[in-house]
Amino acid sequence: MNVIREALSQWNWYLDGWIIVAGILCSVATALLGNFLVLRKMSMLGDAITHAILPGLAAAFFISDSRSSLPMFVGAVIAGILTALFTEWIRSFGKVDEGAAMGVVFTSLFALGLVMIVQAADHVDLDPGCVLYGAIELTPLDTVLIAGWEIPRVVAVLSIVLLINLLFVICFFKELKLSSFDPALATTTGFNATLIHYTLMTLVAITAVASFETVGNILVVAMFVVPPAAAYMLTDRLGRMIVISVILAVIAAITGHISAITVPHWFGYGSTSTAGMMAVAAGLLFVLAALSGPRHGILVIFVRRQFLAWKILAEDIIALMYRIEERDPDLKPDAGYLREILFSRAWPTRLTLYYLTHQNQIAGSDGQFELTEAGRDRERQLVRSHRLWEHYLVEHAGMSTETIHRQAERLEHFTDRQLREKLNEDTNETDQDPHGSPIPPEELTN
Amino acid sequence: MRLFAMIVLLLSLCPAPALLAAEPSISQESITDRSISLPEWKDWRRVFFLEDYNTRIVILGTTLLGMSAGMIGSFALLRKRALMGDALSHATLPGIALAFILATSLGMNGKTLPVLLSGAAISGLLGIASILLIRNLTRLKEDAALGIVLSVFFGAGVALLGIVQQMQTGHAAGLESFIYGKTASMVASDAWLIGSAGLTCMLISIFLYKELTLLCFDEGFAHSRGFPVVFLDMILMGLVVVVTIIGLQAVGLILMISLLVIPPAAARFWTEKIFYLSLVATVLGALSGMIGSAMSAIFPNLPSGAMIVLVATSMFLVSMVFGIPRGILIRKVRRYQLNTKVNRQHLLRSIYEYLEAHRMLAEKQIKPVPVTALYQMRSWSPTALHKIIRRAEQNDLIETVSGDQIRLTPLGLTEAARVVHEHRLWELYLITYADVASSKVDRDADAIEHVLEPEVIAELEALLIQQASSDILASPHTLEIDPGNTDSSVSQSGRPGS
Repeated sequence: MNVIREALSQWNWYLDGWIIVAGILCSVATALLGNFLVLRKMSMLGDAITHAILPGLAAAFFISDSRSSLPMFVGAVIAGILTALFTEWIRSFGKVDEGAAMGVVFTSLFALGLVMIVQAADHVDLDPGCVLYGAIELTPLDTVLIAGWEIPRVVAVLSIVLLINLLFVICFFKELKLSSFDPALATTTGFNATLIHYTLMTLVAITAVASFETVGNILVVAMFVVPPAAAYMLTDRLGRMIVISVILAVIAAITGHISAITVPHWFGYGSTSTAGMMAVAAGLLFVLAALSGPRHGILVIFVRRQFLAWKILAEDIIALMYRIEERDPDLKPDAGYLREILFSRAWPTRLTLYYLTHQNQIAGSDGQFELTEAGRDRERQLVRSHRLWEHYLVEHAGMSTETIHRQAERLEHFTDRQLREKLNEDTNETDQDPHGSPIPPEELTN
Repeated sequence: MRLFAMIVLLLSLCPAPALLAAEPSISQESITDRSISLPEWKDWRRVFFLEDYNTRIVILGTTLLGMSAGMIGSFALLRKRALMGDALSHATLPGIALAFILATSLGMNGKTLPVLLSGAAISGLLGIASILLIRNLTRLKEDAALGIVLSVFFGAGVALLGIVQQMQTGHAAGLESFIYGKTASMVASDAWLIGSAGLTCMLISIFLYKELTLLCFDEGFAHSRGFPVVFLDMILMGLVVVVTIIGLQAVGLILMISLLVIPPAAARFWTEKIFYLSLVATVLGALSGMIGSAMSAIFPNLPSGAMIVLVATSMFLVSMVFGIPRGILIRKVRRYQLNTKVNRQHLLRSIYEYLEAHRMLAEKQIKPVPVTALYQMRSWSPTALHKIIRRAEQNDLIETVSGDQIRLTPLGLTEAARVVHEHRLWELYLITYADVASSKVDRDADAIEHVLEPEVIAELEALLIQQASSDILASPHTLEIDPGNTDSSVSQSGRPGS
């Protein structure tokens, strides 16, 4: 802890505060648009644009003959838009897969830019590393005076970009939503999905270039994809997804900067790249979201499946014991015997048996088990479901008597009382299944 | 098909240098005081006969790299993972930095190739595992998985490089050029490394050819046949990692990505078969490596990596436009031909139906038809109709009698009868078997009559016409032609020869 305190003792509210503000502005502006990129399966566009703006910069330099930032900015944005445009053309005219089209376009543009820059290399230093990519750590050093306040230029630029993006997303939310999910429907309902697409691409290019120039490329590439992808794991609604992605982007920016200062101190080094750590923080948030998302989280799905497996195993055990009891009332099976027939693993079987004992559906003594009344009740319902299904499959689905057992075996686990009633009504309320076995009643009357 | 591959090879050879020759002039225009001195004969000879040791190494290395990348890339392309090379090459960065840090802190020289390569390989494999996990366990798609792995790993790498720069013992300067390699400084050992690793990758992919093909086209089927799908996927990605890493070190990031993506994408325009796809991609990759580095050696001031990409791009553009089964041009031509055929058949059928409605078919002589009557039958504009008529005249199907009257030739009449027959067969089929209302069948049949195969026609005839007859069917619905002075039920009895 001492190390961390020592690291944070260098914390300067002015410097670090502005760095975090710049990080948040960039992350939020990027994540807002990133939602639509992820939904349109264009997540790699941010990365493609980082490489593809090179010829734009070179051309701007050749035309304006200066390294001032406005022509460079315009050149880069145009190159970024062209990337999206060419990708779309190659995809639609050449029938090439989206990713491949993007790969062709951005590598080619980058190579073209490289050739152009090498031609100019004798004149001027146009190293892409210097011109292209700013560093977020330098944010507080370059300030402008706005309305009497001294604000870092980066913050001013990114605020404008964020405002534009926010307005765009709010004003065209419905159109964006529709054209992301169903462009054909969007076009038939009367607005131009293509226009929305290219406006989005233009804003993506502007956001990307403005951010490269101010805070570097890593942050943009990461924030276009990672927070929206994490939000996508947490919700099914677009509005909520956008809000969550923005919140995650803010968290990633703050924790990223703090960990950039503190984490290396644990190993005895000074602070490291803030943008890099922000990307890593976003990545960790994604892992958390992917694991614990309420409906699509990996852990949740795993647990749900596990519970289902146990439920089916429990019902299979009861069914098996019922049949054993039918055949030989004196035989009291033990865990090993059950496992041999059900092909189940050792500890799930033991766990399920324990659970069933706890539920009072079976009673065990000396490792041997027998059904209780409650167990027989549950079993009767299972058998009823099974035989009703068999009957239904033969009568309504036209299946032959040999093949129905397997289907009914599967369906019986997902049949509740209402469905049984419905099945009973639909199968002429018969009391025999196709194999001739009796269908037990829902309730025992005597 | 083998001959075809040769033609592809030649075709892609020819235009590439021409396009590239224009390349320097573009940048030349941009800055006024630059001029590229044209290379003399001895420069050309030096490159073409590989007299220069350095040129020899570079050309050999890039050609081998292009070959292996082209082959592996074609599987990645079909698996819709063209940008996997991009993601994985970024994912190697933290491994490189970490390997350097670890090796240096253990007192070794951190900048040796084996150390950095193994670091890159390990973090590349981690990247693969992450991509597979995200794709298989979440509902995110391929592109998002690639984007996440790329950006997060790269971010981690940059953060680690930030630490590397503070180290006193290491000399971190070379790490950057490890990522953005320089082709011109390739040495013999690099070429050997590329050659052996690339060849191994190609051999593995040839050995697992059937499995990888199955994986690319039908993962579910492969799984159901008991192939270890995830394992094969890992192998494919592992091959991409190996090719990427050896290439990364020798020629740099962007070039590596483009060699994995562009030649297979270009080859896709030339073939529908995966075997020829990988073959053509291998050849195109080798050619771009060869020509690109040769260009760079001949002309001064052209970076070889960028030139290789641009050669590959120009091959891609040529393939996209001129490619034979899937290029843009051939598809346009085919659509044009189909449109022409459809228009011609519509014209013939309209004339026939007009004649039929006016009870003119039974007569010995073929009667002329006024062009103005045809306007009403379809939404033809005058210019379009005249163009169609002119083309039909060139095919000897109709002839102009006088200014406004056209007439079917005997050939035209046979053709028209056939078209009408096929149209009505399909209408009848729709009415009998598909339960389509007879007022609607005309439009449906209109769409399909032009593409019915002879076998389908024969089957339809067997199905619908019990008595063997070469007669033209009557229309199953009333035709909307004003029959003039004849009564309206005429279309029902308009069978010639009956």
